[in-house]
Amino acid sequence: MKGLKKQIDRIRPQFEPGGRYEKLHSVFDGFYTFLFTPNDTSRSGVHIHDANDSKRTMITVLLALLPCCLFGMWNIGYQNALATGLPTNFIPLFFYGLFAVLPQILTAYIVGLGIEFVVAQMRGHEIQEGFLVSGLLIPMICPVETPCWMLAVAVAFAVIFAKEVFGGTGYNFLNVALVTRAFLFFAYPSKMSGDGVFVSLNGLPAVDGYTGATPLAQLASGTPGSVSITGVDGLPVSAADLFWGLVPGSWGETSTFCILIGAAILLISGMASWKIMISGVVGALAMSFIGHAWASPLYPITFVNPFEQLLLGGFAFAIVFMATDPVTACRTSTGKWIYGFLIGAVAMLIRFYNTGYPEGAMLAVLLLNCFAPLIDWCVVESNVKRRTRRLKSIS
Amino acid sequence: MWPCTLFMLQPDSGTTEIKNTLYTDFMEDTIKIKKGLDIPMFGAPSAEITQDTSTTLFAICPDDFPGAVWKARVHPGDKVQRGSVLFADKDNATLCLTSPVSGEVTEIARGERRHILHITVRREGDEAEKFEIPDETEGLRAILQASGLWAMMRQRPFDIVPSVNAIPRDIFVTAFDSAPLAAPMLQPKDMSALETGLETLASLTPGTVYLGVRPDSGITSKAAQVIAFDGPHPAGNVGTQIAAIKPVNKGETVFTLDARTAVRIGRLITDGYLDTAALVAVTGSEVNNPHLINTTIGARLDTMLAGSLKASDDTRLRIISGNVLTGTRCSLKDGFLHFPYRQITVIAEGADADEFMGWASMSPDKFSVKRTFPAWLKGLGKPFKFDARIKGGRRAMILSEEFDKVFPFDIYPEYLLKAMMANDIERMEELGIYEVAPEDFALPEFVDTSKEPLQHIVRQSLDNLRKELS
Repeated sequence: MKGLKKQIDRIRPQFEPGGRYEKLHSVFDGFYTFLFTPNDTSRSGVHIHDANDSKRTMITVLLALLPCCLFGMWNIGYQNALATGLPTNFIPLFFYGLFAVLPQILTAYIVGLGIEFVVAQMRGHEIQEGFLVSGLLIPMICPVETPCWMLAVAVAFAVIFAKEVFGGTGYNFLNVALVTRAFLFFAYPSKMSGDGVFVSLNGLPAVDGYTGATPLAQLASGTPGSVSITGVDGLPVSAADLFWGLVPGSWGETSTFCILIGAAILLISGMASWKIMISGVVGALAMSFIGHAWASPLYPITFVNPFEQLLLGGFAFAIVFMATDPVTACRTSTGKWIYGFLIGAVAMLIRFYNTGYPEGAMLAVLLLNCFAPLIDWCVVESNVKRRTRRLKSIS
Repeated sequence: MWPCTLFMLQPDSGTTEIKNTLYTDFMEDTIKIKKGLDIPMFGAPSAEITQDTSTTLFAICPDDFPGAVWKARVHPGDKVQRGSVLFADKDNATLCLTSPVSGEVTEIARGERRHILHITVRREGDEAEKFEIPDETEGLRAILQASGLWAMMRQRPFDIVPSVNAIPRDIFVTAFDSAPLAAPMLQPKDMSALETGLETLASLTPGTVYLGVRPDSGITSKAAQVIAFDGPHPAGNVGTQIAAIKPVNKGETVFTLDARTAVRIGRLITDGYLDTAALVAVTGSEVNNPHLINTTIGARLDTMLAGSLKASDDTRLRIISGNVLTGTRCSLKDGFLHFPYRQITVIAEGADADEFMGWASMSPDKFSVKRTFPAWLKGLGKPFKFDARIKGGRRAMILSEEFDKVFPFDIYPEYLLKAMMANDIERMEELGIYEVAPEDFALPEFVDTSKEPLQHIVRQSLDNLRKELS
């Protein structure tokens, strides 16, 4: 590695101000710090530092996403095989899914990181790592059939208008991945929901009894009082299938099991808040029990068992990976409890009573992103009030 | 404003918990500090004490004593005694920094814009200035200021040398150092001088003198209220102790000092001479035999540390006068022991590490309070070898509640820091700037994923605020 380091140090002056490629300084710096941890030592304050940095943080979150991502790829192949009656061999299914989503993943990274690079250079900053996570999250929460050009437009919109205009990673108040998803949903609704977008048929004819609707969509539009759902092949789907994720949906978020593995990684490594996750689940359960207690034929989904609600749709994925985004979530301890609870409750509220589009998790997180600063403000203000009272009590 | 009332019902999660331990020999309150971190490091000192007989050069560095404008009162070649004036404050000539030894002034080292870095004295003989001890408080204040011991105290707000006329609400003395690799602050022989010192301090304040100790330390006092602090660092920081006992409000002033200074005050009052002996813990992974050295305030490091260091090339070493969190970086060649004259830490500099793809490292030797590195599998308390690298690039704040876990104050550190960065004075006051000193932000700075220079930010804000308000 010494040789590589020498080579890089040799070309480094060309990327410094005044060098031939000074316009690529941030890009060079990004790749350099990717390869070699900077040798900078502390100049003021503490002389030693914790080993965790922004790069390690983002890599750990990516690691937590990996089970969902790999499972999702296999599941795309599996749903394709079920829908078309092809044999279900593990390896071909996985590669089918991998090649189905690879263009989307590449599109998201190229467009998002490209904008990051340009903005970092314009501002004279180092390249920030935040988009490493967003870039994988975005395809995972979209239907497999999303065209790449739509994704590119949405990513560009989200990165520029939800993040860079506010100052980049750490200053955005809305979750970038969810803004991308929301942009797609409102700009191209026909491609974001319905029966035709969640299963990749690859032009093959479907088997008899085929339905491409997700379990959540079936329940929301189903017969009042009935809670039976079917898979793409028309056969019934059990709660266990929902737990393992063997159903169609936005491809990264179907498997509750893989999401739990991701949650465990995030919580053990201390990268996400357990307070938000727990209060989110509690909020969702509370709302589900309320909805279930007053179940109405007008809103068929309220008949579903409250615990099964947690397995449906993107809720679990949203509460583990979206709600816990530290930049856009509440930053105070008390605030996190309130924030998580409200996300859970609002997600279920939308799911129950908005039969047109029952997937409420995305909108719930975005809504609470907007309210997070207000919640924090109230919490911090109570601390200020306490200090003021103490001052008054002595004077 | 309904949301405020709603959330005020929930008090902030308690940072401290006060209980009365009735079953110890003497009555004392024990306060349990829950938030904090003991950084496990190699190089803890043994109890062995050696004498430093070879050091002849001693220096006083005025930058160790913020809040005054120090003017030199001696010239090179002047003869001084132990306790003679070296510096006096520009505005209050009674406030002095004094010579730690008797001998000849050899150098007044200056930096940019003729700013004085230090005044060096070569030791010859052992003559000492005799201070006449008066009975009344005003006289006591005067000799504390003249002897240089006043400058070894700090006041809050602002974490500066107390202004000469300040009447403190209370005085807080900490009798233990909880920072990484610190040695015990007091020796058994110091106890009677400590009590005299505490009595003297009690006469400076209409309030109370509080003495923070470890549980079961056996330290008692009639002049001060002894309060025991259990828990990890920063339990020994006087700021933590103030926050747990009686936080500073706007308009109030408290004095803070370590028990060493209280002992020196006691000795000055008892026999009229300034005690400048310093028991220094030489610690850190790059020290051969970490132990205690009996030397004098301001001792020159190369003679004091002769033979103690593992490497002879000091460019590869980070020599710190103090601990790794708040100490002053020194070079071996012309470095001196800095205030508070208790500890030297030597670690590797690490500037030649060239670590390949450190973000992917699975090394068990990387310490992190987050469990993103496998080192946490080693179990609690296993020591680590640290170097001085920052180990990452500076970023905006990303992770939340990082600081809160190591910051035992009823303050939201992130919000206070943001107010500081924005230089929003009103908000800083509301969020508790009068209660904090830079050292309170040392652990947050250590754990910070975004690698921001927090202590520097706090120091600048305190200085700006003081200017604005004066």
